[in-house]
Amino acid sequence: MKQWLRQRPLALAAGLVLLSLGLLALGACVGSSGLQSLREVWLDEVSRQIVWDIRLPRSAGAWAAGALLGLAGAVAQGLFRNPLADPYLLGSAAGASLGVCLALTLLGAAPVAAPWLLQLGTTGAAFGGATVAVLLTLALARGVQQTLRLLLAGVVVGVVLGAASSLVLLVQPQLMQAMQGFMLGSTAFVGWDACALMLGSWGLCMVSAWGLSPVLDGLSLGESTARSLGLPVAPMRIALVLVLALATGTAVAHTGLIAFVGLAAPHLVRATVRAGHARMVLLSSLMGGILLLGADLLARSLLAPQELPVGVLTAVLGGGYLLWLMHRQNPVAVGAKP
Amino acid sequence: MTTDLKLVPRLALRAQGIGARLGGIQVLHALDLQIEAGRWTCIVGPNGAGKSTLLKVLAGLIEHTGVVHLQGQPLAAWPARQRAQRLAWLGQSEGAGDDLTVWDVALLGRLPHQAWLSKPSEQDYAAVEQALRQTQAWDWRERSLGQLSGGERQRVLLARALSVQAPVLLMDEPLVNLDPPHQADWLQIVRTLVAQGTTVVSVLHEISMALHADTLVVMAQGRICHQGLCSDPQSHRALEHVFDGRLAVHAVQGQWVALPRN
Repeated sequence: MKQWLRQRPLALAAGLVLLSLGLLALGACVGSSGLQSLREVWLDEVSRQIVWDIRLPRSAGAWAAGALLGLAGAVAQGLFRNPLADPYLLGSAAGASLGVCLALTLLGAAPVAAPWLLQLGTTGAAFGGATVAVLLTLALARGVQQTLRLLLAGVVVGVVLGAASSLVLLVQPQLMQAMQGFMLGSTAFVGWDACALMLGSWGLCMVSAWGLSPVLDGLSLGESTARSLGLPVAPMRIALVLVLALATGTAVAHTGLIAFVGLAAPHLVRATVRAGHARMVLLSSLMGGILLLGADLLARSLLAPQELPVGVLTAVLGGGYLLWLMHRQNPVAVGAKP
Repeated sequence: MTTDLKLVPRLALRAQGIGARLGGIQVLHALDLQIEAGRWTCIVGPNGAGKSTLLKVLAGLIEHTGVVHLQGQPLAAWPARQRAQRLAWLGQSEGAGDDLTVWDVALLGRLPHQAWLSKPSEQDYAAVEQALRQTQAWDWRERSLGQLSGGERQRVLLARALSVQAPVLLMDEPLVNLDPPHQADWLQIVRTLVAQGTTVVSVLHEISMALHADTLVVMAQGRICHQGLCSDPQSHRALEHVFDGRLAVHAVQGQWVALPRN
């Protein structure tokens, strides 16, 4: 009897996993030296390095960052019961920007030319900034129990920290270009360490979000209904905010402010299937991974050997696809009322 | 001894000294209420009388002073899940839930009966199917809530509350958006539930519907003005009084109806 409800999400999940693997394989092939490196991967040390140390970690990292953002987007939209909610809602984007901005000022160099120490420095600064911003939002909202206050506090923190970043940039105009790179997002500097960290964080966030999904389902009918069902709403909301902050912070720290993946991924899933939050979070995450990995591939190949900022492509691709869906389908598909 | 016990009415809910504030304003004032088990009690009164707030207090959903006993035990003493198995609540539609399918929404009502993250049992599926069929929402089980009209949505939310199969069911304005045939269906559902021993408490603005209940609780300005049988003329007078004499209760073809008075 229940088959008709289960088949579609399962089929979509299987399709997304296969597509992810396919894109990862493609990720090993795409780059300035083309397929030659792949052919000679067992023969030539340089080719091996290109494929194993640059292309693969970068592709896996793009997928992991996208998956984190997709997951965070689904959690944010469920938690705030708002289809326009995105992972950066709690001020983490502005916090990460300010963190990087301050780190660059202190270290006095651009990340492109920087040694690995500096790279680690900006990653750490971005994560630290995002964490501080989320904590500031939580403090201003006096906890997480009132979602409207949380949203407003997030907006305020975002604006104030954004202004602070602008002020720093005004004083240090030479940082402008490096900052621009961070704001547009990039997967170019992701190594295996970063991959492992992001995938570890993804696993943790996914298991937690899966475990907390009944609360998201209950909350979608309203706070009172959720509580009347015996759900421990208050502690679980704290846990959900932590998941949201960890997923977003990890992704932002390693890839900068990738636009639109977190917002678009859940909508793209909703356009295909209707599912409870347990499945929704997983599917959005897979969709986010594909979106960012696909965008990364295009960013590498469209103007090869030049590279486009991947954030520009996610915005254009994700936004364009979403718009197309809006026009093609019933408006319900993008969360609007009929 | 046994006969004595039978004489004492079994109480599903007992509220003592209830006070509640909303946004700094005292909405309920030291209120006492007893709800008999296995009966349908209807709470009526003008806008702002505190009906919905009282219902939320009875469901343990808002902070209040005083104590509410559910089946003889203070609400706060019940573990959350056990309480949710015994007391189901249908609120005025506050959430969106547009993305969930009708089936998923009704299945949420079974959460109190399931271990955390466990798969629903056959019994859960049976309860959901029964509830959806009762409210005639079964045919749209694959559709999402966002694709339904206001009345259809209300029937799905009602099915969600029914699928809990709790012995006490609280409903806040359950007839909103329902057309007359489905209002009549709702009445039938409530009567069946009460015949099976369920305690039903509802807040209703449709006074003529409310007059079908067993007991009427008449409220005004955060206080209970009267509690009595629906057939009792005193209940009718209390009702007319709280509505400033703007309505009158008449008997029409063996039913009590409230009509506007000019």
